[in-house]
Amino acid sequence: MRSGGTDGGAGEDRPATDSRSAVLARVRTAVSDVPSDETPDDVPVPRTYRRTVAPGDTVGLFAARVADYRATVVRCAPEDVAGTVAALLERRGARRVVVPEGFPPEFLTRTDADLVGDRPPLSVRRLASVDGTLTTATVAVAETGTIVLDTGPGQGRRALSLLPDYHLCVVRAEQIVPDVPEALARLEPHRPLTFISGPSATSDIELQRVEGVHGPRTLDVVLVVADTSGANP
Amino acid sequence: MTEDTDHDGRVWLGTPAFPEAARTALADTRLRHNLRHATTTIRTKRLDATGEVPHWEELREAGAAIKRRTARHLATYLEQLEASVTAAGGTVHWAADATDANRIVARLVRAAGGPDTERHEVVKVKSMATQEIGLNEALAAAGITAYETDLAELIVQLGEDRPSHILVPAIHRNRAEIREIFAERMGEWGRAAPDDLTDDPKALAEAARLHLREKFLTTRVAISGANFAAADTGTIAVVESEGNGRMCLTLPETLITVMGIEKVVPTFTDLEVFLQLLPRSSTGERMNPYTSLWTGVTPGDGPQDFHLILLDNGRTDVLKDTVGRQALACIRCSACLNVCPVYERTGGHAYGSVYPGPIGAVLTPQLAGVRRAASLPFASTLCGACYEACPVKIDIPEILVHLRAKAVEAKRDGRALPTPEALAMKAAATVLDSPGLLAVAQRAGAAGGRLLGGRGGRIRRLPGPLAGWSATRDTPAPPRESFRTWWRAHREER
Ligand code: SF4
Repeated sequence: MRSGGTDGGAGEDRPATDSRSAVLARVRTAVSDVPSDETPDDVPVPRTYRRTVAPGDTVGLFAARVADYRATVVRCAPEDVAGTVAALLERRGARRVVVPEGFPPEFLTRTDADLVGDRPPLSVRRLASVDGTLTTATVAVAETGTIVLDTGPGQGRRALSLLPDYHLCVVRAEQIVPDVPEALARLEPHRPLTFISGPSATSDIELQRVEGVHGPRTLDVVLVVADTSGANP
Repeated sequence: MTEDTDHDGRVWLGTPAFPEAARTALADTRLRHNLRHATTTIRTKRLDATGEVPHWEELREAGAAIKRRTARHLATYLEQLEASVTAAGGTVHWAADATDANRIVARLVRAAGGPDTERHEVVKVKSMATQEIGLNEALAAAGITAYETDLAELIVQLGEDRPSHILVPAIHRNRAEIREIFAERMGEWGRAAPDDLTDDPKALAEAARLHLREKFLTTRVAISGANFAAADTGTIAVVESEGNGRMCLTLPETLITVMGIEKVVPTFTDLEVFLQLLPRSSTGERMNPYTSLWTGVTPGDGPQDFHLILLDNGRTDVLKDTVGRQALACIRCSACLNVCPVYERTGGHAYGSVYPGPIGAVLTPQLAGVRRAASLPFASTLCGACYEACPVKIDIPEILVHLRAKAVEAKRDGRALPTPEALAMKAAATVLDSPGLLAVAQRAGAAGGRLLGGRGGRIRRLPGPLAGWSATRDTPAPPRESFRTWWRAHREER
C-alpha cells in the first residue's frame, strides 16, 4: 500500500513551529558524531577544478557547441545585426514578434515584422499566440553552448522567451565566458536566471529526440563579432 | 508496534518485494529490451560527456566534499536557507513527514484557489520528493487534481502506472502503447488527442504540447521539486529539458516547491560544481536544455507567492547512520542505474520504490526502515560500477554491505524480516542469469513460482509451510561469501 497519501488535508496542520523545531532537533541529534567545535570551513572543499582555462577561441567554441544542439548560429559584424535579424525572421516566417524593453532599437531597423512591446504586460494568451521573441542575453558559456537570460534590459520577463515557438537571441562576443564557473561569477543570484542550451527537447518516447515540447522549438543565435576578418573563421 | 507504523508514509513500497517483482519483470522481454537499449545508449553518451572534461575527477571530488560539508552542518545551512528565502519574499515551511508535507500543500493550494473557487487544480513538474510522499494521491483525497507535465510523467499518469526509471520514467512503454494511451485518456483529463494521432514521436509530443498548454495557461498553482538550493542566497535550481519546468515555475500565481532537506548546498557558487556534474552524468549532455534559478519572488515576473517546503520524512534517520549518510549526497542523476547489471535486467518497478536501482537499494531501506525493504540491499552484485559512475562519489557498495549486516542483525534481534535474504539471493541469481538459463530456472522454479508469484506478480497468501513466511518464518542467514563467489558456485551447480 502506498502510505502517507490518505490524509489530504483533513486534519489541522500541526503548529508550524513544532515541525520546524522537531526537524532541526533531529538534524542536530543525527550528527552527534561531528565534534561540536567543528565549523563548516573545517570540512575542506578542494577547488582544484577551477583551473583558469587558457583563453582559446571561446567564440568559435561557443558557436560550435550551440550548433551541436541543433540551434542555428549566425555570426555577423555589429553593423550587420539589423539585416541578419530581418533575414532570420523572414526565413522562420515570424510575422508577429515580441520585443522586450531595452532591446537595441538599431537591431530592428531592417525588419518589416509586426513588433509587439510588453508594456503593459501582454497576457499569456497573447504571448502564446505570437510567432516569436527577440532577446539579448546577459552571459553565454562557450564550453556548454549555453545562453543565460537574467530578465535585464533586452531580455524581458521569463515568459517572453518561453511561450512563443521561436526565439532569436542576440549575443555579443564579449559576453561569452569559457565555462560554467565563470558564468555564475558574473551573474546576480537575486535575478531570475534562465540557462538555455538549445531548443526545448524530449527523449521520452523510445529515446528518440524530439525538439520542442513546451519551450520554443526553434532557437537562432545571432553572434555579434566586432572583427569578423581572419581571426575568427 | 506493528511492522509498518513507525515508518508510515516515508517511501512508497510496492508489493511484491524485489525478488518476486524481479521475476515478473524478467518474464517481460520487451521491458528488458527497452531497458537495455536505454541504459546502453545513455551510458555511452555519459562517458563521452564526462570524458570531455579534463578536470572531471576534481569536480567529483569537489561535489562529494560540498555534500559532506553540508551533511555535517545541515542545521546551519537549513536555517540560513530559511532566512535567505524569507528575505527574498518567499515563505518557508517545515515538514517532519509525508503527512505533514501533504497537509501543508493541500492547505496552500486551497488558500491560493480563493474562497469562491470550486475546482482545485495544480500543474506539477516531475519531482521525486512529491512522488515519495504520495502527494498526488493525498491531493486527490483533498479534492485537488494534480497534472503531471513532464512528457514521460504524463504518459505514466494517463496510463495509470508507475515510473520505471528516474530519468526516463516511461521507458517501459513503446510508441504504439503511448499513442493508445493518449488517444484513449487525454480527453478525460483535458484537451483530447487529435483523431488522426499517429505513433510518430513528433506527433505524440505535439499532442502533449497542445494538451498541456491549456493547463499551463489557466492553472493558478504549480508544484515543483528542487535540484539544489543555495543557503547563502536562497536561490533554488530546477534542471529540465522540455520547458514544462519553466512553464510551472513562471506562469502560475503561486509556486509551491517541495524539497528534501538534503538538497541544500552552502553557496550559490557551489552550483558551479553541480551544474557541471548533473547534466553530463544524467543525460550525457554538456548542459540540459533548460536550467531555472530563482530566488524568492520577483515583482512583475513569475509567481508572486512562493512557498518552500523543507521535507524530512526519514532523512534525519539516514543522516544518523555515519556510513549510510553519504546516500544523502545523491543528485538523482541516474548514472548508477544505467551501469547496474541487476537494474538493466529488472527495470525500476521491481524495486517497488520511488528510488530504483543502486541508489534505491541503499536509500529506500534507510528511509523506510531496513525491515520493510530487507531484500533491496541484496539486489546487487557489488560489482562497484555504480560507485565509479556516481558524480558525487557515493560508495554504494559500502552502504549495501553495511545494510546487509543491519538486515541480518535485525533478524537476530528477533524482529522478523518480511523478506528472507535467501530468497533475495535466489531471485538475484535468476535475474543475472543468461536468457537460456533463465528459462531453465523458470521451469525449475515453477513450483515456487506458483506459490510466490501470481499472474500479476502479486504475492497472495502463501499456502502450506510458507504460510507464516511473511511475518515470522525463521530464515537461513545469507551466505558469508561475497555475492560473486556465491553466484559463481551456484551457477556451477546448475
Ligand atoms: S547515487 Fe550517484 S549515480 Fe546514483 S543517482 Fe545518485 S548521484 Fe547519480
